[in-house]
Amino acid sequence: MSAKGKIVGSFVVPSRPHALLAPDRSPAWQRLHDAYGEMAADIRALKPDLLLIFSTRWVSIIGHQMQADPKPKFWVVDEDFHELGTLHYDLNIDADFAEHYRDAAQARGLTARTVAYEGFPIDVGSITALNLLNPDGAISAGIVSCNIYSDRAETLVLGKAAADAVAASGKRVVAISVTALSNRMFTEWINPAQDSIHSAKDDEWNRKLLELLEQGRLEDVSQLAREFSRQANGDSKLKAIWWLASLSGQSNDYRGKVYAYEPIWGTGAALVGLTPQAGAGGDLEYDEDDTEVFRGDRNVLATDASEPAAKSS
Amino acid sequence: MRLSSTRKTAISAYNFEQPLPMSSSTSSPPHRPPGSGEIVAGCLSPHPPHLVYASNPQQNEPKSSGAGAWKSLLDGYQSLRKSLEDREFDVIVVHTPHWKTRVGHHFLGVPNFEGLSVDPIFPNLFRFHFDLQVDVPLAEAIQEEAAQEGLVTSMMRNPEFRVDYGTITSSYLVRPELDVPIVAISSARSYFDYSNEVGEREMLALGRATRRAVEQSGRRALLLASCSLSHRHFTEEPEDPEDPAFEHIHNGNQEAWDRHVMRLMQEGQCAQLLEQMPDFIEQAVSECKDGSLTWLLGALDVPDFPATVHGYGTVIGTGNAVVEWDMRKAHVQAGDQA
Ligand SMILES: [Fe+2]
Repeated sequence: MSAKGKIVGSFVVPSRPHALLAPDRSPAWQRLHDAYGEMAADIRALKPDLLLIFSTRWVSIIGHQMQADPKPKFWVVDEDFHELGTLHYDLNIDADFAEHYRDAAQARGLTARTVAYEGFPIDVGSITALNLLNPDGAISAGIVSCNIYSDRAETLVLGKAAADAVAASGKRVVAISVTALSNRMFTEWINPAQDSIHSAKDDEWNRKLLELLEQGRLEDVSQLAREFSRQANGDSKLKAIWWLASLSGQSNDYRGKVYAYEPIWGTGAALVGLTPQAGAGGDLEYDEDDTEVFRGDRNVLATDASEPAAKSS
Repeated sequence: MRLSSTRKTAISAYNFEQPLPMSSSTSSPPHRPPGSGEIVAGCLSPHPPHLVYASNPQQNEPKSSGAGAWKSLLDGYQSLRKSLEDREFDVIVVHTPHWKTRVGHHFLGVPNFEGLSVDPIFPNLFRFHFDLQVDVPLAEAIQEEAAQEGLVTSMMRNPEFRVDYGTITSSYLVRPELDVPIVAISSARSYFDYSNEVGEREMLALGRATRRAVEQSGRRALLLASCSLSHRHFTEEPEDPEDPAFEHIHNGNQEAWDRHVMRLMQEGQCAQLLEQMPDFIEQAVSECKDGSLTWLLGALDVPDFPATVHGYGTVIGTGNAVVEWDMRKAHVQAGDQA
């Protein structure tokens, strides 16, 4: 393809499987399930060539992993909610894109690798999203992991590397962040029909974030992520939002749509869509740094002789 | 894609009188009456999949270079296996950090698991074909005792569940034949959801529950706490992951804490270790935050006799010790010559 690829839509979906496996057990989960259907239709209307997912449920330690098995076919069971059943999957992954994404990440200083192994446990969050948004697998997908040590700078670079790969691909790409908002769960067995957000405080913060997203202010939400995570126990520091905002161009120029906001076992589960709209964003409230290239961990405690320590004199 | 509902597996009734599904570690166990069970040993048995990889078992698809980065730990496991040869055990009970549950403490509750376990973090090193027997009656008994302690619990009955690589790795390294039934206990997230102190209290209670259930069961149990000590990883890997030139502790602070903790174990100062555990967890980014070691110390009634450190080494920067508490020493210390 010769034309430059682009992000045609950016979406946020929950990380837990309840809306897929047990919508009938809770009115809240049923509303989420229905909202996935509406979001799926909107995504199809964007005519994407690729759904690119960042999932907080796929953690990595060695840098960043990109799924590159073109036809992964296996199954996965949720660690907590095994009683809800098994998720069998048979996916359509764009392995070429995974390799280009890996190369783009490495070019920006990140450690990155593709994985393609039979029986690799693709995470519950990605499987849930793909099952509900792309049930027939008609659109090919990409999935990237969430490094447990990466902070904002590294995650922004991972997003920019995705943007590089998207531009070079010539494809129309929908970016999807699989993440909870507030991530405090009930730690006991509850009646699903009475599921609720864990606390009023978490609920209030979730609603503030969604209010901004509905106004299309994705970059503002990215800038607010640290405070949100401190206040409302954000899922994985809201790395998925950092990645999404960075990949989507670090602006507030979107039309926002909140499809649903409901609890899943106390966590904030939201379905949000952002489509590019020039000039929509207005003033930006930026105060975080921006980073283009990752320059590695700064292991200031290293004692290994091979790593030169700073000398004071 | 298709969904299948969970197939319920018939679980035999909770009955300690029934024979075990497998023979014991070395020979058929004598039939022991309920109430006569015991923990024969407790071990800290960390689960880096690298150690399975380096051992090159036939069940693991990737093959190692043999470059030797983790020799001290492999030697430590060999020494532990040798030490355990003079004791028989009917069951291995593993507490694993890699089955992470937010809603309480979960127990494998299906008699047999068979399949392929691919480590999502190190898939290049660990793709292991496993076949494990589970001592479901004992798992259910521990669950009941844990519930008596006020803990939130759950039996995992989905036969398609994939057993985590922590359970498989520690079980394999201690008993490569994998011919002893296991009980696997998940890592509840209490330390993360509440605080280290809350997590510690829960794990000590889970340990007490485990001990009571083992004693009542008539089983001779080997307990494994499947965790590292300090746990800061490097986030990159050399071309040959087993290259010894790359392998060292992430930073000196981590090793200082590891050595302090091992000294407390060797001196029988586990009560002091527990007092310092919340600080150790925070300051050394310890995997003990997943609760396995505190569970073990609780099950062993907080040992005041010396442990044996069979080995210490690093894996991708984390600190790992192979440690054994031989419960015969506890009995000697208590004046029980039985
Ligand atoms: Fe681990």
